[in-house]
Amino acid sequence: MEFLSYLVSGISLGSIYALIALGYTMVYGIAKMLNFAHGDVIMVGAFVIFTVSTTWGLSPVVGVLISIVFCTLFGMLIEKVAYKPLRKASSLAVLITAIGVSYLLQNAAQLIFGSSTKSFTSVVNIPALRLFDGALVISGETIATIIISIIIMIALTLFINKTKPGRAMLAVAEDRGAAQLMGINVNATISLTFAIGSGLAAVAGALLCSAYPALSPTTGAMPGIKAFTAAVFGGIGSIPGAMIGGILLGVIENLSKGYISTQLSDAIVFAVLIIVLLVKPTGILGKKINEKV
Amino acid sequence: MALLEVKNLGIQFGGLRAVDEFNLEIEKGALYGLIGPNGAGKTTVFNMLTGVYKPTDGDILLDGKSIIGKSQIDINKMGIARTFQNIRLFRQMSVLDNVKVGLHNQIKYSTVSGILKLPSYFKKEKEMNEKAMSLLEVFDLQGEADYLASNLPYGKQRKLEIARALATNPKLLLLDEPAAGMNPNETAELMETIQFVRKEFDMTVLLIEHDMRLVSGICEDLTVLNFGKVLAQGKTSEVLKNPEVITAYLGE
Amino acid sequence: MAKQKRVLKQSTKSDFITYAMLAVAFIVVEVLTFTGNISSLLSGLLVPLCAYSILAVSLNLVVGILGDLSLGHAGFMCIGAYVSAFFSVTCADAIPQTWLRFLIAILLGGTVAGIFGFLIGIPVLRLKGDYLAIVTLAFGEIIKNIVNLLFVGIDENGLHVSLESANALNLTENGKVIIKGALGITGTPRDANFVIGFILLVITVFVALNLINSRTGRAAMSIRDNRIAAESVGINVTKYKLIVFSVSAFFAGIAGVLYAHNLSSLTATTKNFGYNMSIMILVFVVLGGIGSTRGSIIAAVILTALPEVLRGLNDYRMLIYAIVLILLMLANNNEKLNAYKEKISITNLFKNKKAGNTLDKEANS
Repeated sequence: MEFLSYLVSGISLGSIYALIALGYTMVYGIAKMLNFAHGDVIMVGAFVIFTVSTTWGLSPVVGVLISIVFCTLFGMLIEKVAYKPLRKASSLAVLITAIGVSYLLQNAAQLIFGSSTKSFTSVVNIPALRLFDGALVISGETIATIIISIIIMIALTLFINKTKPGRAMLAVAEDRGAAQLMGINVNATISLTFAIGSGLAAVAGALLCSAYPALSPTTGAMPGIKAFTAAVFGGIGSIPGAMIGGILLGVIENLSKGYISTQLSDAIVFAVLIIVLLVKPTGILGKKINEKV
Repeated sequence: MALLEVKNLGIQFGGLRAVDEFNLEIEKGALYGLIGPNGAGKTTVFNMLTGVYKPTDGDILLDGKSIIGKSQIDINKMGIARTFQNIRLFRQMSVLDNVKVGLHNQIKYSTVSGILKLPSYFKKEKEMNEKAMSLLEVFDLQGEADYLASNLPYGKQRKLEIARALATNPKLLLLDEPAAGMNPNETAELMETIQFVRKEFDMTVLLIEHDMRLVSGICEDLTVLNFGKVLAQGKTSEVLKNPEVITAYLGE
Repeated sequence: MAKQKRVLKQSTKSDFITYAMLAVAFIVVEVLTFTGNISSLLSGLLVPLCAYSILAVSLNLVVGILGDLSLGHAGFMCIGAYVSAFFSVTCADAIPQTWLRFLIAILLGGTVAGIFGFLIGIPVLRLKGDYLAIVTLAFGEIIKNIVNLLFVGIDENGLHVSLESANALNLTENGKVIIKGALGITGTPRDANFVIGFILLVITVFVALNLINSRTGRAAMSIRDNRIAAESVGINVTKYKLIVFSVSAFFAGIAGVLYAHNLSSLTATTKNFGYNMSIMILVFVVLGGIGSTRGSIIAAVILTALPEVLRGLNDYRMLIYAIVLILLMLANNNEKLNAYKEKISITNLFKNKKAGNTLDKEANS
């Protein structure tokens, strides 16, 4: 029963990682960049909810909706201002710029909201589920996280495979130049990718801070790194890979917290990543790239 | 004994038999051509000769010793050097340094003597510079020695690749489309250079080429590859008269 | 062969400028110190500046020369810091001569970090690009994480190690706990000073520049530029990657020794030994111009000093730092601006065609 409890909360945490990892992996697949600032968008989203529902006193649902819209637009803005001028620059230059954006977001948040940790009121209003005579309690946040994540993942998969803009994203990811020649608006597609990724980050922020109700300017950093790990774990650039990677990572983290050591859990997560990459150098679902000689 | 003996060489990529029952014998000092339409498997043969691909079957003997299963590094040390169809220079290094990398296993000193600049460093570096410059002079590149390799014009980049390959002191030099992208003047010059290299370094050369003037101009023997199989083999003048070869090249 | 001499001169000249820059910096600092014109803020920064410069120069070997992206450099620094601090605290009584003790500490910290670099490098350096980046980041985090749980004590029976608590060490009455988990190491002798830090920096620069200009450095750069071609001319890719990676880790370890002996208490936090620090060092290397040793030092000094200089602006200083960073990257990669820069600088017209010390942006591709 203990195992089941760790497993369920692990899946829940993993779903949040998966939502964030999706943003990483989509941006990587399409813009070929590691968006190190992605984790901080989670924090921005959570602060928007905090402002709307705690400071202004509006309903949490309104807060979440405003947060999603805000982050979507914000993601597009960041892309336009900081990354778009660097389309032709080296990936390292873009990486450093993303780090700069990450510092910027964290420090701007610190200026506006202060560095103290805020207590975040959960946006989920579902009663906990008691199973086996109360031996297994699944919190409302866990249930909401898992259900919302499943819905989002299905919707995203359908969107990418069945709609025109979705297929344009696949085309740009495969070969930017060829996609452009086929009449696809590459800039709009990249912008759309950032919009979706940031929107998902806002959802992840709402769920993360509801489950772990502490909010500070650095809230997004560690989940961001973990989600990045998850994306690589699953094979960066692969959407199903990010989902699997995220959930596996969450489960491994929670099980090692439960059975081995809370303090060592991060080390264990990273060790598993290293082992996976050494066995399969491009992640679980990553494509093997052969260089033509 | 021939310098290079290739026996029943074959390679399979998934369901595709890229090269099949490929046989070849090259005598020391020969200038040998490998021709064939695009996709015939010529570069694949080169990749097997240099250890980039592991053949599915057959044997390759260099000086009577099998090179099958050896790494690219060991094969180069045994005496096969090559150039690439899509030029692969060390683009961010100087022209001179490109050749000096080629000399890596010819003139050696330890990492420690490099870091501490021991006398052997100065001695060997001087030796390397002299050797590299003399190689560059063969290709008339001495004037560009301190240019970045990526700043050389196309034709000179191809020449630099040959110079780099020669620096490894090979027994057999493989040239993958050395005249690609060159104008007729440059090609004529290249033909002279290749012949000069053969004489000067007593080199055996196997080259892939589409430019028929170059092939008929300097290759004594030819092998024609089509769909991974040998279509014709023998003296250049005879092979080029072979009706099957003409069909393969010009179509019906 | 006049040409040949010119080639040799070119790298020698660039190296000379680097050494001259270091010498001038040293003299300026010493003069300011002697005349009492140095602020306490700056004098407190001198040793960290040396440590960060050493880190940047050593990471540049991996990123600029080997062409591999490493995000775990702070992990090696952490190892050097802990090993050396442990040694210095343990042997504080046994070796009373400060110089001897510190010399051993430096060699020990660097060597252990170098060995870790070698051991981690064997499996990791097979990976490429972003995968290598995340795995090195993971190793760095694991090192930091484990160091935070590490308890080491010493008594007459020898060393005791535990990952749980000080009590689990089972020390005798005379035993002493030296590494105290998240509380780290306290009472490290403050053996580091600017002169020693500067000497270590000069040694690092000396080794880095000589390595780059040697057969080994060329082999590494050839792997960076074209791995397949490097193998085709007989370069042993694994060997040279390991050599450069280990040398880089060795000096990161030495930077850690400096860092640890500049503070009396040492703990491993996200800020000093976590990925944040690794990223910070990477920023120095990239902004300094990938592949340029001199640039790495300049960027390390300016970017370390910048937040301190901006201290008057208090809360805004890190924000300004972030904005400056973004603007620098945008300006660096702005085509119009670059074209303009080339136009106004005639010397550049010649320089750009020649192989210099600074490399093009594509060095990492």
